[in-house]
Amino acid sequence: MFTKKNVRMAIIHIDGKTYQVKEGRNLLETCLSLGLDLPYFCWHPALGSVGACRQCAVKTFKDEQDTKGRLVMSCMEPVKDQLRLSISDKEAAAFREQVIGWLMTNHPHDCAVCDEGGSCHLQDMTVMTGHSYRNYHFTKRTHKNQYLGPFLNHEMNRCIQCYRCVRFYKDFAGGKDMDVFAAHNHVYFGRHQDGILESEFSGNLAEVCPTGVFTDKTLKQHYTRKWDMTYAPSVCQGCGLGCNIIAGERYGSLRQITTRYNGAVNGYFLCDRGRYGYEFVNSDRRIKQAAVRNLTGTNVGTAEALQQVKDKLASGKVIGIGSPRASLESNFALQQLVGRDHFHLGMSDTEHDLTTLALKILRQGHVRTPSMQEAATADAVLILGEDLLNTAPMMALSVRQAVNRQPAQEAMNTAHVADWQDAAVREAMQDKHGPCFILNVQPTKLDELATRAYYTAPETIARIGFALARQLGAPLAEINHLTEEEHQLVEQMAAALMSAARPLIIAGYGSACDGVLRAASNICEALHQHAKPSMLVLTTPECNSMGLEMLGGLRLDSAVNVVMNGEADTVIILENDLYRKLDKHVADNFFSRCKEVILIDHLYNATAEKATVLLPAGTFAESDGTMVNNEGRAQRFLQVYAPATTEIQESWRWLLQLGRVTNCERLRNMEFFDDVIHALTQQVRCFAGIDKLTPPADFRIAGQKIPREPHRYSGRTAILANINVSEPKPPVDGDTPLSFTMEGYRGEPPSSVIPFFWWPGWNSVQSVNKFQEEIGGSLHDGDPGKRLIEPGGNGQLTFFTEVPGHFVPCAGHLQLVPIYHIYGSEELSVHTPGIAERMPAPYIMLSPEDAKRYQVAEQHQLQIAIDGHPYTFTVKVNPALQRGMAGLPAGLPGTGIVDMPQMAKV
Amino acid sequence: MIETPLTGNIKPGVSLDIKAYEAAGGYQGLRKALQQMTPPEVTTLVKESNLRGRGGAGFSTGMKWSFVPMNVEGPKYLICNADEMEPGTFKDRWLLEGNPHQLLEGMIISAYAIQATTSFVFLRWAYKKAAQEIRRAIAEAHAAGYLGQNILGTGFHLDMHLHTGVGRYMCGEETALLNSLEGKRAVPRAKPPFPQISGLFGKPTIVNNVETLCFIPHIVNKGAAWFQSLSRTGDGGTKIYGVSGRVNKPGAWELPMGVTMRELIEEHAGGMQHGYNFRGALPGGASTDFLTTAHMDVPMDFTSVAAAGSRLGTGTMVVLDDHTCPVGFVHNLEHFFAQESCGFCTPCREGLPWTEKILYALERGEGTEADLEQLDLHTRLLGPGNTFCALAPGAMEPLQSALKYFREDFEQHVHEKKCPYGNYTH
Repeated sequence: MFTKKNVRMAIIHIDGKTYQVKEGRNLLETCLSLGLDLPYFCWHPALGSVGACRQCAVKTFKDEQDTKGRLVMSCMEPVKDQLRLSISDKEAAAFREQVIGWLMTNHPHDCAVCDEGGSCHLQDMTVMTGHSYRNYHFTKRTHKNQYLGPFLNHEMNRCIQCYRCVRFYKDFAGGKDMDVFAAHNHVYFGRHQDGILESEFSGNLAEVCPTGVFTDKTLKQHYTRKWDMTYAPSVCQGCGLGCNIIAGERYGSLRQITTRYNGAVNGYFLCDRGRYGYEFVNSDRRIKQAAVRNLTGTNVGTAEALQQVKDKLASGKVIGIGSPRASLESNFALQQLVGRDHFHLGMSDTEHDLTTLALKILRQGHVRTPSMQEAATADAVLILGEDLLNTAPMMALSVRQAVNRQPAQEAMNTAHVADWQDAAVREAMQDKHGPCFILNVQPTKLDELATRAYYTAPETIARIGFALARQLGAPLAEINHLTEEEHQLVEQMAAALMSAARPLIIAGYGSACDGVLRAASNICEALHQHAKPSMLVLTTPECNSMGLEMLGGLRLDSAVNVVMNGEADTVIILENDLYRKLDKHVADNFFSRCKEVILIDHLYNATAEKATVLLPAGTFAESDGTMVNNEGRAQRFLQVYAPATTEIQESWRWLLQLGRVTNCERLRNMEFFDDVIHALTQQVRCFAGIDKLTPPADFRIAGQKIPREPHRYSGRTAILANINVSEPKPPVDGDTPLSFTMEGYRGEPPSSVIPFFWWPGWNSVQSVNKFQEEIGGSLHDGDPGKRLIEPGGNGQLTFFTEVPGHFVPCAGHLQLVPIYHIYGSEELSVHTPGIAERMPAPYIMLSPEDAKRYQVAEQHQLQIAIDGHPYTFTVKVNPALQRGMAGLPAGLPGTGIVDMPQMAKV
Repeated sequence: MIETPLTGNIKPGVSLDIKAYEAAGGYQGLRKALQQMTPPEVTTLVKESNLRGRGGAGFSTGMKWSFVPMNVEGPKYLICNADEMEPGTFKDRWLLEGNPHQLLEGMIISAYAIQATTSFVFLRWAYKKAAQEIRRAIAEAHAAGYLGQNILGTGFHLDMHLHTGVGRYMCGEETALLNSLEGKRAVPRAKPPFPQISGLFGKPTIVNNVETLCFIPHIVNKGAAWFQSLSRTGDGGTKIYGVSGRVNKPGAWELPMGVTMRELIEEHAGGMQHGYNFRGALPGGASTDFLTTAHMDVPMDFTSVAAAGSRLGTGTMVVLDDHTCPVGFVHNLEHFFAQESCGFCTPCREGLPWTEKILYALERGEGTEADLEQLDLHTRLLGPGNTFCALAPGAMEPLQSALKYFREDFEQHVHEKKCPYGNYTH
């Protein structure tokens, strides 16, 4: 029996009821997909089965006559046609209860003071099995805990030894510094000694751990129970991948970020920048009130501020500068306010060019850009000039799965096991990886997966890429100046890509070299000519770089030009720190020529210092908006809570109000979020359909809005009782179908507006099971988000012929190339104490030859000059770096140099 | 005269070197197998001999080999499980120390049968003397052309390595042994896939016990019928039996398969020591059920012992006398098993320490009726299939049978609030 998708189906009988289910999946997953409750610990949908905890025991029966049955672990048992099983069988239920009884022999009675309490899978499973009284009356074993860095607490006494943490950390995410130690009932999960967990994905342990061993340390700083937070579905601001997150607030501060499952995007996980980079929202540097320069001492107030800006705009020659970290709606509102001809994209020129090119390739090429989950299905990977763990960390997890694809398939064939038999598959595949080639300026942490890793200048990476495309049959001129080793590499890569079924090519902003993107495109087009279904990932630098590019606008250097030559003197800057987009000396010059600088932003930064008017903007947590990720997927984030002061509001709302006071025709009749989206979809064709990303503000289920707060939300009559014993009216949300209260529709909301995952009996993150079509699949009614870019729309793109010049070191000069850091390169997350702690100090990275030539060593200071402006850095030496190049940490506070690549004089 | 193929050539305090071994007919089986038989013929012969694994489970050796896929690329492995850590068991040590070449010859033939090119002896760390002898024997065999490239000019190639463990009972479980040999934690693996398909480093692998492998040269030399004829029962061959406890002459003897417990204790072990009476015995090491006076005439073979409610296991018996507290006796065992649990699955990791603590409480006079119920519950819930591997079910065997046969002792501990024997173990 087959379904449409050619999946073999089976009939099984569970407790006397008959179901049609997929054959070969494990019974536990199958039961959960059917919506049945069955407790488990060691199994995880992304990690598969190992059969360690014995919690998911059920009875299976040979046939109708068999009444005795056999106890089996459902996670280890494949679905076969006509299988008979019982979940409710007394012996099975008694065994499951006793498993909890065993776990409780050592688990402490500390739920009341445990951070996991109220969102604890162990609590839920304990209740589910009915284990209520302890028969064990002996002492418990105790452990010492470890310091694991700024992100995670460690409380080993709570451990129930499900082994999920090591399986995620080591096996799935490739971590090296965590393991299981000792044996019998002393097994210990942690590091070999106290220290910071090195993995970029360590924070997932807080969600993977079924109880309170690993908990979110930043949450602990301002702890709140899960049921006491106000939530909204949101989208990570940390990079261009747009992972889905749930943000939780209480008492006006953001408390926690957790994964919002999206079957197409980030699945069950987040990177640590995404999870922990949120605390800028609570920063002391927040702009909380409107301010106008030379109007000191008075609280300006919203109306006065608007009036002041109106006057300034009336007398000035105005331009607007948008932002790749602001929503489409805010950028659109600014574009409408200042007019298309005066709207500049607030990206550095390099990033602008790279994103323009990426958009062109994705729109005009023949090759589809995959979601992260699709990328994970690749069977060969080529990474050009990208240090994924630092530029698009979650994509690195997809690469990890992709390189396992080929050996895992072989293992499944030879050992005759299913993919969910995690230990058996890993045993049979050992440390084999599928083909993976990484070309970068310096080593990356993913190189351990690489069939071959090669380090050279970005231009050379591009040239090797062109040569590879040519090798694959692209009609391109021969590439000169490649070494013998590089020629061999090209041949090896070509053979690997051609023998793969679904090769994945990754390039992006990390190399800061458009030639690398062109090369990546050529390779994909060449594979396309061979009818090879390849996939192309192009990373983008910021959370809405792609959206801003699709909206369109002028370059940042043209903004500098019009101000420098006097054509403009008044700038409205939207959520942007131009000191991160222009070299310091250029930005200084620019601002010295501006008469008025109106900044709408949320953090006090270098640009704010130059502003003549500051308008306090809401962060992502206080705003609604839409962003487009590197895949061209438009995604909606919704406001979590009403800001602390009434003056803080969404940037687009400030701009609508400015439109109103200045009688801007283009912004007429716009008041609410839906109005802006409507105008945007009307005016910019490529955004058609984004009005359907979430239901409109007037959407109701059974006449009710969807509450942001769990029904157990406590203390709301007391929160402000010290000010007024009468409970104030909750803020009204006129922009979304969500309410800022605990009242409303309690059933399952549409997938795009699920504020938090909770289900009766399932208080932990594992409740996501109940929201999925099938375990590990899409959310009910589809994964949120809409792809706006599909390939072959016009099929204009063929091959780029413009090959970057051969990189030649230039005497007395260094070519500066950006080095990205997961902790430090992103603007907002560095205002989180934990992220700041993990940030490196600014440095300049030299090759040993250059260090020798300029007579410097590690830790020495080296001064370089750009256009005569001096910059001094501490030297780091990296033997993999090409001579004549120097790496500078991109975006790191205190670096000052933004425009890379460029030549610097030593 | 009883035939003793395994131990007949072993002299106390002497380890046979290659010359002495060859003089006694050693390596003739290897010649015959490699020069006159195809690998499948060797497997068939072993299957016909009805040799059952001497490690404890008693699975047919030839059958086990026949599951190895013969037409696959890549390496295959043969492993000798010499991690003899079953409490009360010391039979393999005798063979390892006394006649290491017999094992080597058995391993080489077995490797030939499954076409393995690499083999390992996984040896218990404490067997220092055996380690020394095996190392010497491997070197001698290499020098004589029995190991390495082109063995006996047949083109067959085999390397052999000695690996000494670090003293975990768990490593006696074949899949945990494989993990340990790979440098991983010694936790068991789920079956399927069986090691014959995906074993060491994910390659087809056979793991056999020392005693099992030592039989192979003799079976090749003398045939399946001869091997069958050594036994008094349906399970072929001789068996090394051992007896420890308060008997007059504790020791190990190679005897026809199927001698009775009475013969073992009264004839070979010289009967109980003066003043001590037999109460029961674990027939095959610590992880087997007690047999009692009622079972004195049960033939000690796999089938008969199973029918009597226990397991032949390793065939090395531990005797309980009437001066030793059965509760303390079992407590000692459960302490061992709880400590040796690998910690992978919940029932074993948490259940065994619980039983150990209850038994200790009973010994101290702090046990209750409810504790006895817990013990009963554990013997049922830690049964086969409920736990990940056989360690915990094995650990429950002496406990469940002690609760069955010596119930009054347990109850006495509860009611008198002390150990009536006054000799608790900690």
